[in-house]
Amino acid sequence: MKELSLNILDIAMNSVKAGASLISIKIDESDDKLLITITDDGCGMSEDMVKRVTDPFCTTRTTRKVGLGIPFYKLAAEQTGGKLEINSKTKENNDAVSGTEVKALFMKNHIDCLPLGDIISTVCTLIQGSPDINFEFSHKYNNEVYLSTAEMRQILGDIPLNSPDVLVWVREYLNEQYESF
Amino acid sequence: MKSLAELAAIREKMQSKVNIRENGATMKVVVGMATCGISAGARPVLNAFVEGVANAGLTGKVSVSQTGCIGICQYEPVVEVFSGEEKVTYVNMTTEKVAKVIEDHIKNGKVVTEYTIGAATK
Repeated sequence: MKELSLNILDIAMNSVKAGASLISIKIDESDDKLLITITDDGCGMSEDMVKRVTDPFCTTRTTRKVGLGIPFYKLAAEQTGGKLEINSKTKENNDAVSGTEVKALFMKNHIDCLPLGDIISTVCTLIQGSPDINFEFSHKYNNEVYLSTAEMRQILGDIPLNSPDVLVWVREYLNEQYESF
Repeated sequence: MKSLAELAAIREKMQSKVNIRENGATMKVVVGMATCGISAGARPVLNAFVEGVANAGLTGKVSVSQTGCIGICQYEPVVEVFSGEEKVTYVNMTTEKVAKVIEDHIKNGKVVTEYTIGAATK
């Protein structure tokens, strides 16, 4: 992966596969740190599974569900002196709600920290591929860039979110927010 | 300034087009978007198809969707084009190749043989 935004796309795809109805992508940036939190309300993973997903040799051989995506992401964070943390709940554990939270911390000034890259394309790609899921995107530094598909849906009614006109709007809407970021 | 209110205008515009869209898509473009695809460059390829199909005025006639790992990771980005019973698998795709596939295959029904998996494995 050449950009963190590609990792984000890849990890959010796991949330799509977990049957989530809301996926939240939050980027909190300071002068020297970058914290990326991807949260979903999908089926969640067992404790055992959470331990295994970061191990490329174990996960790729035993299940096709996750694969190399998380090990890549973990590597990207750890090579900057940061870390990856996964919290997950399943309904089997008698938790009222299920879901997964993937938190990755990056030390921005480390020479091995990948650039964030084209995050707008990542958001557009997610909406294009899963127009029925709600996505919430937030990127905070000095200002905040924000998009909520639930808010969009209120206005669009039954017009699908993956309509070309809507996707063009999403791209321009985010672009404009980044111009004054 | 872009605002959420603009979506209301998009909605108005699209509702008048509903009749045209009901015919359903006759062609389907599927892009592999698993870890292997994404790391090999599938995101720009997918977006090039989405934009290319819209710019060609083929929205509603050609659908563009995403799928997981197709199983031939060494050939990613992989794109499958379905029309009727026929399936064509394009491999090692780039945004430049997408333009030609849209022009020749999607618009004019002529398969771009040199980009297919058959040509790549020879």
